[in-house]
Amino acid sequence: MNDRVLRVQDLTVDFTVREGGLIRPKTYVLKAVNGVSFDLNAGETLGIVGESGCGKSTLARALLALIKPSRGRVLWMGEDLNKLDEEALRKKREDLQIVFQDPLAALNPRMTVRDIIAEPLWTFFPKIARVQVDERVRGMMKMVGLLPNQVNRYPHEFSGGQCQRIGIARALVLNPKLVVCDEPVSALDVSIQAQIINLLKSLQKKLNLSLVFIAHDLSVVKHISDRVMVMYLGRAMEISYRDHLYKRPLHPYTNALIKAVPIPDPKLARSAVDTGLTGDMPSPLDPPSGCVFHSRCPHSVKRCQLEVPALRRMENGDWVACHRAEELDLTIRAC
Amino acid sequence: MALLEVKDLNVGFCTPEGEVHAVNKLDFSLKAGDALAIVGESGSGKTQTVMALMGLLADNGRVNGQALFKGEDLLKMSTTELNKHRGREIAMIFQDPLTSLNPYLRIGKQMIEVVRHHQGLSKAEARAQAVEMLRAVRIPDPERRLNQYPHEFSGGMRQRVMVAMGLLCEPDLLIADEPTTALDVTVQVQISHLMGELRKKSNTAIILITHDLGVVAGLCERVLVMYAGEAVECGSAEQIFYDPRHPYTQGLLDSVPRLDRPDDKELHAIPGNPPNLLSLPEGCKFRDRCPKAHDACKHEPPMQVTEDRHAYRCFLGESA
Repeated sequence: MNDRVLRVQDLTVDFTVREGGLIRPKTYVLKAVNGVSFDLNAGETLGIVGESGCGKSTLARALLALIKPSRGRVLWMGEDLNKLDEEALRKKREDLQIVFQDPLAALNPRMTVRDIIAEPLWTFFPKIARVQVDERVRGMMKMVGLLPNQVNRYPHEFSGGQCQRIGIARALVLNPKLVVCDEPVSALDVSIQAQIINLLKSLQKKLNLSLVFIAHDLSVVKHISDRVMVMYLGRAMEISYRDHLYKRPLHPYTNALIKAVPIPDPKLARSAVDTGLTGDMPSPLDPPSGCVFHSRCPHSVKRCQLEVPALRRMENGDWVACHRAEELDLTIRAC
Repeated sequence: MALLEVKDLNVGFCTPEGEVHAVNKLDFSLKAGDALAIVGESGSGKTQTVMALMGLLADNGRVNGQALFKGEDLLKMSTTELNKHRGREIAMIFQDPLTSLNPYLRIGKQMIEVVRHHQGLSKAEARAQAVEMLRAVRIPDPERRLNQYPHEFSGGMRQRVMVAMGLLCEPDLLIADEPTTALDVTVQVQISHLMGELRKKSNTAIILITHDLGVVAGLCERVLVMYAGEAVECGSAEQIFYDPRHPYTQGLLDSVPRLDRPDDKELHAIPGNPPNLLSLPEGCKFRDRCPKAHDACKHEPPMQVTEDRHAYRCFLGESA
């Protein structure tokens, strides 16, 4: 498609970890993100799910060039973000914004809501008129469902959900094209969570935003995404269209994740099947050979231990990194 | 006889801004072997309820009412008297396993301490029991694991250790405060299976505190829904999930995104925010956010109880 805005190729982020004595510490290389590739179109939402430590937040930061990748490229509108000089990258940031997980911690407690939302405007347009800023701030507040007469209040005077709305207003004030949301609702109560998901969905439609939505909750991701990427130990296991992924996942790990989601229905929940997963997630410092999931996979065969499966494209446009994707039928039953 | 009977429980905190009414007029009871879930959003008073029962309120907290455990009032006991029950007959699992284990002590020492203190066993016997318990919660290689420190365990393993510690003395009542909230879904499933299994084996009653309705559905037969420090609805899991009577319970169930439902519709969100506990509104506390509120809601709604023990605090359906 021609309206592709973001293209990620073989993105790898390494961290060096020191462990042990003062005299001769051992250093390890931790591959937080390992060879991830995907495309994102204008107006599309890509959900990224995975358990803690799978590299989803690191990936988010790498997408926005907040960390330098050790390998691979992030192409924004065809330009490699990591090849740009500082000034050119700064200009690009107008288009690329982020919403953080902890809404209160992400807002400066000493700034009023007006200053918080206006800060990106002052940064990018230092000569902008005060009246214009004020008008824009009030407009943004209305758009995210806050009362414009609260502009002079401080973050602590708002609830968690309202603080997240302020964070969203700040991210959208420059009319960005891509917004990365890193667990934007996981700190909120369910009734408030629903408000924020609905808000993000409607704003995206209105502004034709591309969204990267990171969460650990599969049901939240299902509600907002067009496509979903599943990560495990730094690798993309599957990137599928939402309707495919939740009905017939291609990767055994996706299947286990979906089965593990508790269903708020006593009859269904009590008849719930086992996830088939054994053991704990291995240390990312010492990931298993071959397919990183083979040590816990109920369908693993000899080949999985020896050969790293490539992320490959299936006929229907889904991507999967599993040797046995064609032969396994992982259809989700009962729901 | 009920194992635990809580009557007219009130918990408040004195703060410079005034008194925070965290729990108001709460009643519930629990029989041996029951599993009760207390559900509610942050600030609904679910944690403070059990903290009050365990005598663990903060210094500025005050509590009144009654909490009869096997006929004795927990709220009137001195610390020494409470200590006879805590750990042995009533155990608690906290939300964050890393902060509730002592990082300086080996897991073994922490577990053996519990058994020795409460059951007066010898070191070797206590150790054997700890090993057995770790095996029961499916921690591989328990003998070696006993000599390790909490940081050497993963999050899920630590929570399993907490469950094991809670069940070491085969308590009559296990209070689990958000035991799976800090865990990933795949681990969460293991822990809640485990709690269900162990409960069947030792006939332990469970109070499960959570905001996750999915976890409740799999584990508990009775559910108590709290809002702004009050019980708004209480009934069997089937009654709460299939026939919720209180508009708050209905809203809560509707706002959960679900995998087993079509997802193209907008999520149903409850508008507004919970009330400030410093100055609770008169009448129904949910009035401002309730789609079905009317004039009568300015007065305190009655707790209505149906024939099959389904209770809800609302004017709706009063005549019916």
